[in-house]
Amino acid sequence: MTNNDHGRILKFHIFRFNPQTPGDKPRMQTFEIEEIPQMTIFIAVNQIREKIDRTLQFDFVCRAGICGSCGMIINGKPNLGCRTLTSTFKKPDITLMPLPGFELIGDLSVNTGKFNRALAERIQTWIHDQEAENRDISRLEERMDPGLAEEIYELDRCIECGCCISACGTKRMRPDFLGAMGFMKIARFELDPRDKRDVTEWYEVVGNDEGVFGCMSLMGCEDFCPKDLPHQTKIAYIRRKMIGAALAKK
Amino acid sequence: MKIVYSDSLVIGGGLAGLRAAIATRQRGLDTIVLSLIPAKRSHSAAAQGGMQASLAAVVKGEGDNEDVHFADTVRGSDWGCDQNVARMFVNTAPKAVRQLTVWGVPWSRVRKGPRQVVINAERVTIVEKDESHGLISGRDFGGTKKWRTCFTADGTGHAMLYAMDNKAIECEIPIHERKEALALIHDGTTCYGAVVRDLITGELIAYVAKATTIATGGYGRLYAITTNAVISDGMGCAIALDTGVAPLGNMEAVQFHPTAIVPAGILTTEGCRGDGGLLKDVDGYRFMPDYEPDKKELASRDVVSRRMTEHIRKGKGVPSPYGAHLWLDITLLGKQHIEKNLREVKEICQYFLGINPVKDWIPVRPTQHYSMGGVRTKPNGESPALRGLFAVGEAACWDMHGFNRLGGNSVAETVVAGMIVGEHIADYCDGASLDIPTSMVRAAVDREEAGITGLIDRTSGNDVYELKNAMQEIMMDKVGIFRNGKDLEKAVEELRSLVVRSRTIAIKNKARSSNPELVEALRTPKMIKLALCVAYGALKRTESRGAHSREDYPERNDRDWLNRTLAYWKSEKDDLPALEYERLDVMKMELPPGSRGYGDARIIPHPDTEKRVREIEEIKKSTPEADRFELQRSLMPYDVPKGYRNKNERVGVGDK
Repeated sequence: MTNNDHGRILKFHIFRFNPQTPGDKPRMQTFEIEEIPQMTIFIAVNQIREKIDRTLQFDFVCRAGICGSCGMIINGKPNLGCRTLTSTFKKPDITLMPLPGFELIGDLSVNTGKFNRALAERIQTWIHDQEAENRDISRLEERMDPGLAEEIYELDRCIECGCCISACGTKRMRPDFLGAMGFMKIARFELDPRDKRDVTEWYEVVGNDEGVFGCMSLMGCEDFCPKDLPHQTKIAYIRRKMIGAALAKK
Repeated sequence: MKIVYSDSLVIGGGLAGLRAAIATRQRGLDTIVLSLIPAKRSHSAAAQGGMQASLAAVVKGEGDNEDVHFADTVRGSDWGCDQNVARMFVNTAPKAVRQLTVWGVPWSRVRKGPRQVVINAERVTIVEKDESHGLISGRDFGGTKKWRTCFTADGTGHAMLYAMDNKAIECEIPIHERKEALALIHDGTTCYGAVVRDLITGELIAYVAKATTIATGGYGRLYAITTNAVISDGMGCAIALDTGVAPLGNMEAVQFHPTAIVPAGILTTEGCRGDGGLLKDVDGYRFMPDYEPDKKELASRDVVSRRMTEHIRKGKGVPSPYGAHLWLDITLLGKQHIEKNLREVKEICQYFLGINPVKDWIPVRPTQHYSMGGVRTKPNGESPALRGLFAVGEAACWDMHGFNRLGGNSVAETVVAGMIVGEHIADYCDGASLDIPTSMVRAAVDREEAGITGLIDRTSGNDVYELKNAMQEIMMDKVGIFRNGKDLEKAVEELRSLVVRSRTIAIKNKARSSNPELVEALRTPKMIKLALCVAYGALKRTESRGAHSREDYPERNDRDWLNRTLAYWKSEKDDLPALEYERLDVMKMELPPGSRGYGDARIIPHPDTEKRVREIEEIKKSTPEADRFELQRSLMPYDVPKGYRNKNERVGVGDK
């Protein structure tokens, strides 16, 4: 496509609601803009805000698929807005909704930060090691098997975008359900030999219906994770581990 | 009026801000972090390639130590850096990496035995030592003598930021998200906190603190195309500038990264070239060896970016609807390597370009990437003009990067500065008492309130997006990789008129609560002032140094320009910054000015250089028994906080 070609007219149907505005009611609003080559949802909604409606709210930070700010429901599926090219949709109608399961800030903007901090505090997503602060950091670091380091990084790649939470059927029914994001973090720290928590401690966090035993195995998390994290395998692994812990308890 | 008190207030929740906050919290101080966004979404997460620290565990890092890292950093800066700070930095970087290991970063580790790597377009086998097995690995990066860049695949910043934020949560540090600092509270000599706007409710809150630390990152968004996140708009620098007394340092020092994708401007890591990737032109020809036969694709970033631009100007670029670009070819690294060590790059290519870098070449061109300039600080991280105001990371001009930052030295700086400056902030808090009259706080809040009311009440005026777009285009066209007096003069003139126009912005969205247009309207006039600091500083600096390259003054002029630019905005009525210069003292340098070893660089020497070189030779001769530490101390004594003074152990050599 060259600069002279006219792109197709895209119709964006966007959820609108600003809880800060007294009397405002949820509704859908349609905006029409011309498609340009390599247009992403990021480019499109910024254009809408600049050219058509200065009140439209959404969140982007890195706009490169790295930071996890822009999870939204795009034509019915949770995904990152920044790296979704408009050209991937055959029809010119694109519907954008905020991620469900999170507190709405306005329009497409949701408060994932509040949710993620609470999750981090709940499962204490840090290395538990009483000796940690006594380590002399001018000496050689503790060694780690190179393969294990790679495995830990694999599970550390979650960007907390919230797509898995929005895609989760169980989460809809159990508001306190930990969700795939939580399970992935548990799997990550459980794998890490630097974290000294043992299986019985993990059991207290995750060995119940709000934890891994509540999962109905619908696997929306696996289907919609933008980072292709191995949710299914890890949920199964934690479940096995927790059953082992439960049996050992008896 | 809502007032929130703390000892240590940190503005910005990226790596630098969080690390400084952890330091003051661990010293028992009441610490609050303000962030525009959830901290884990900060731009630090976008650092892909790695963090430099001279651990020397890989075989290609053998012989590495603080001295080698120091020399690379000073050369990289084109002798514009503060060598004292560079020394503090290289000493502490290994400790920072090791501390992050304890805090959970899954650094890539050395595997003993033979492995295949690509060096200068050829597959070679190198053998890692048995005794290094399981220690932290290192990869090659531009402008470095050794393989020194520690990494976790190409998600280093992500892994570091997550570990850091998790540590902050463990320390129970409150992070107040979706809060924007609009102005600093100060009396002209001391800073007492900031006036902050809640981005959801619109409420103004005074955060009063003993120490206020700016950690808001760079100002890449002054440019229309940048690798930086949309929040990297320099607001921390701007509110320091707005005090009228705190200077910004070296704002004209702006780095362009050689390999951002076209057209989106998203970064592909230097690790692509570090791991063996090549740059190619429209004919598929590898051109870098013609320009830089020694370092080739792995010359310093400023050099590679200029060579690429030169090559495009010769008509060797690949035409596209978005202008000419070049190719980055990583196909020779192989599928396995790319999918393991460069997977973010692979994802970016897949989603934004629809290509697979395992078999396709990546369209790239040099793009704005890093701000060497920022809030000028002393080596302890404090502003030279405002007591209690500190700055760390990219927002600061501390100044370890001078006029060009080495790849892998930025995330390293964030953490190291957080560690070192964090201790100084804590010392300051321990010695300070908080006696600030409520009337001063009130006045500061009222001023911001009046500004917002003025914006909302104005019925006709300038459109904020139009002004912002105009500024970004000026910076792209006239204050880019190559600069000249004529264009810079035009840029300054146009930006001055934008400063005036930005005083009468009118907005359509009149909401006081969450209002993206109001946010733009509050930021854009500040951004234009920063743009002027960059453009005016660049116009006045009639030499070429590091990333500041003047076509009309191609030589590095140590005689007249071995100094740091300080920009002040003394009165709100001004439409230009006031520039002053801070001299760098050659006689105190450990490494006197010399050649960086690239192509056609010409230097007008400083009169002291030869004298200092002779003096250093004398010192070396007179102390033949001295080890490298003793020698270093006799050349340029420096100090770091107590906990960080030990020698760094390395495998095979111990503390030597």
